Amino acid sequence: AGRAAAANRRGRRPGCHGGMEAESRVPGPPLSGSPAGGAGGAAAAPRPSPPGAARAPPPQPPEELAFDDDEEDLEVFSKDTSLTEANSFSPLIPTSPSSMINQYKFEDEPELKDLFITVDDPESHITAIETFITYRVVTKTSRGEFDSSEYEVRRRYQDFVWLKSRLEEAHPTLIIPPLPEKFIMKGMVERFSDEFIETRRKALHKFLNRIAEHPTLTFNEDFKIFLTAQAWELSSHKKQGPGLFSRMGQTVRAVASSVIGGGVKDRPDMFTDINDYMETFNQKINLIDKISQRIYKEERGYYCEMKEYGPIHTLWCASEEDLVDSLKGVASCIDKCCKATENRMAGLSENLLPALHEYVLYGEILTGVLKRRDQIQADLDSKVDALSNKKTEKDLLTEEIGNLEDKVECANNALKADWDRWKQNMQHDMKTAFLNVAENNIHYYEQCLATWESFLTSQTVDLHLGEDSEDKP
Amino acid sequence: MERPEAEPLSASGSCQAGEAEAEAGSGPAAEEPGGRAAGTMMEDCLSKKIEITVSEAEKRTGRNAMNMQEIYTAYLIETRAVESQTEGQCSPPDSLWRRYSEFELLRNYLLVNYPHIVVPPLPEKRAEFVWHKLSADNMDPDFVERRRIGLENFLIRVASHPIICQDKIFYSFLTQEGGWKEMVNETGFQLKAESRLKALNATFRVKNPDKRFTELKHYSDELQSVISHLLRVRARVADRLYGVYKVHGNYGRVFSEWSAIEKEMGDGLQSAGHHMDVYAASIDDILEEEEHYADQLKEYLFYAEALRAVCRKHELIQYDLEMAAQDLASKKQQCEELATGTLRTFSLKGMTSKLFGQESPEQREGKIKVLEEQIHDGEEQLKSKNVEGREFVKSAWADIERFKEQKNHDLKEALINYAVMQISMCKKGIQVWTNAKECFSKM
Repeated sequence: AGRAAAANRRGRRPGCHGGMEAESRVPGPPLSGSPAGGAGGAAAAPRPSPPGAARAPPPQPPEELAFDDDEEDLEVFSKDTSLTEANSFSPLIPTSPSSMINQYKFEDEPELKDLFITVDDPESHITAIETFITYRVVTKTSRGEFDSSEYEVRRRYQDFVWLKSRLEEAHPTLIIPPLPEKFIMKGMVERFSDEFIETRRKALHKFLNRIAEHPTLTFNEDFKIFLTAQAWELSSHKKQGPGLFSRMGQTVRAVASSVIGGGVKDRPDMFTDINDYMETFNQKINLIDKISQRIYKEERGYYCEMKEYGPIHTLWCASEEDLVDSLKGVASCIDKCCKATENRMAGLSENLLPALHEYVLYGEILTGVLKRRDQIQADLDSKVDALSNKKTEKDLLTEEIGNLEDKVECANNALKADWDRWKQNMQHDMKTAFLNVAENNIHYYEQCLATWESFLTSQTVDLHLGEDSEDKP
Repeated sequence: MERPEAEPLSASGSCQAGEAEAEAGSGPAAEEPGGRAAGTMMEDCLSKKIEITVSEAEKRTGRNAMNMQEIYTAYLIETRAVESQTEGQCSPPDSLWRRYSEFELLRNYLLVNYPHIVVPPLPEKRAEFVWHKLSADNMDPDFVERRRIGLENFLIRVASHPIICQDKIFYSFLTQEGGWKEMVNETGFQLKAESRLKALNATFRVKNPDKRFTELKHYSDELQSVISHLLRVRARVADRLYGVYKVHGNYGRVFSEWSAIEKEMGDGLQSAGHHMDVYAASIDDILEEEEHYADQLKEYLFYAEALRAVCRKHELIQYDLEMAAQDLASKKQQCEELATGTLRTFSLKGMTSKLFGQESPEQREGKIKVLEEQIHDGEEQLKSKNVEGREFVKSAWADIERFKEQKNHDLKEALINYAVMQISMCKKGIQVWTNAKECFSKM
């Protein structure tokens, strides 16, 4: 418990015990805990001085442990069950935004997180025409521009698609996070299987949180409406906007022009570099995704065989009276290792695989963003060409060009900033994900080691007691 | 990897090398005190006098029985007197080359001549229970290496057995290069081998089976079944484990390629990739060692067959006995009928003599006399068969007890070895992933 708490102290939590979204796991301390004091029990620890900037106390979580004001710092040391659960690798539904509030995410410049979103509780709806799933989206916020501090709405996949397209339209050169795919091509996952729904739910949760963390997107009006509007309100709002088609047209043009015209002339080197980088990155991340999926598959196969392997030893006991202890011991060890394998697999499927998959999807998004930027520049270039050709309408064109030049500059800056941000996030997320894998594996081997060592001890003790020790090697 | 030396815990009398050629059904057992003198160590067993190793394997070409060229593997058997070693002298060992078929010949000879002994098995003729990476090719160097160890183990087991270690043929196998095959054939065991095979495959029913042997046969069936199952599943587990480790190797390559486009992450990725390669490579040694464990289990899988053979031999003896007793009983009855003139059993002869007239008193006397002689012989035979049967049971059961102790000891040790292997694997895993974790943290 202490370890997770202590880690919460500074910077982003390395996702030690699973939970790809740091937010959803541990209701850690809002203030830094004293370094060594993090071990379990609720000690009367001296109130530590918070590092750096002062923080306003978070809104009190009603359903969590009730704390008096002067017990705030005891949260650091409290034995919260979700902390112990964090050690058991069992898949957790993300805790409510209330518990998330107790956790701070510190960027390099400490920011107050004031928007907490969860996606959970998938529900099936059957109408005459179709069957679909809605998800509960709960928002807790302290922002002034929200009328209330808490919202609960239900959204379906279509709604998320709508939101994404609106964001792309409003910010063509920002990197809008990916949505989970509409269908899954590989594998036998059925559309409404529990596994599919859970994977989708986690991805949707991630999607909204990425937007919430984004310095620009988080203030988007459609985003706010998505989070707060009732179903009928959302439908009527959707009908007002320009809709999907205009954006599609935008990208179609962009794709067309970049295919026909080759590259944009005078594309700043930076964006060519980004393009080159993304080509290689996409290739590698796709490979890593495949490798990781394959590892999961092999581990599952190993798990299945181990499940059969252990009991054979127990079966053997029936005909060997003198070997019962040894055989039962081995059977028990194998069963324990089997369980440990299960945990190892769960670690993969909860952390690494979703993280990798998100970045696989990012590949296409970035390609799209670059193309849209190119298109904006292409618009400018074509107007500049037109200017040099036409004799009349010079003034109008010049004004248009001025506007477009601004537009290009904005777009470039936006993309540059977002790119830097994306890179930073990617580095962090990959590091977190792989650290998690390493830790899971270490834990797996440690568990197995312990069980075999204890078996060995029990056996060799018997040997020394029962038999002629000079005969033993 | 060292194989455990079978420590015979049962005592028997003197164990002189090169004496007492065994005969079917009795053999040296007759000379020995019955049962076990508890706690006496086998000081005189051959394995205490000479050290036996099968130290090398070599591919040879030769001509087979049909004068066709063939490739086979020859194994170098080295023997060295134990005393010369302990005194600090390292005299060169005596050595000779033998091929697998000669080992088979030796074992068949032992099976035929010591039917009351659970004869140690040979390593498998062909690779079985293979998982996909493991080669099923007899020429594969790993297979040859494991076979070499198995053959050495076989010789040590025979040399450690209080009874068969004394066998002359066995001793010659170890020491006499030329003419050994002829020597074996001269014993005439081939004939016995044929009749043994026939008997083993015949179906018959014993009226009064010995419960202990029935239970033993049942046990050997179970042993065979459970070990087969275990080996099969183990092979599948090994296969999957191999997959898990080897796929990680792909990370190494891709991380390396990825690191080329990364500035801050590059070093961490690259070095982590290296550890992934190490991880992937580590499984080869791990599974190689596990094959030796599988071989230990396989030995007892084959031992189950040897157990069954002893049971079968007992059944045969029992059946033979019952048939002899039955035959004797019917002759006695015939004799009685002839003597008293009553016809108790239906016989064609009886009927025809009734129909076509009685025999003359001289004829009847003659028949009775013949029968009485036969009965006398039969009683003698039955007596000796009974003795034979009891001797067999006594010596077989003694060896079975010896075998049981050996089996319990060996299997327990094998399971411990398995645990040791798993521990080693876990430690390696922790090491590699700790290193990888450090690299990841530098990303």
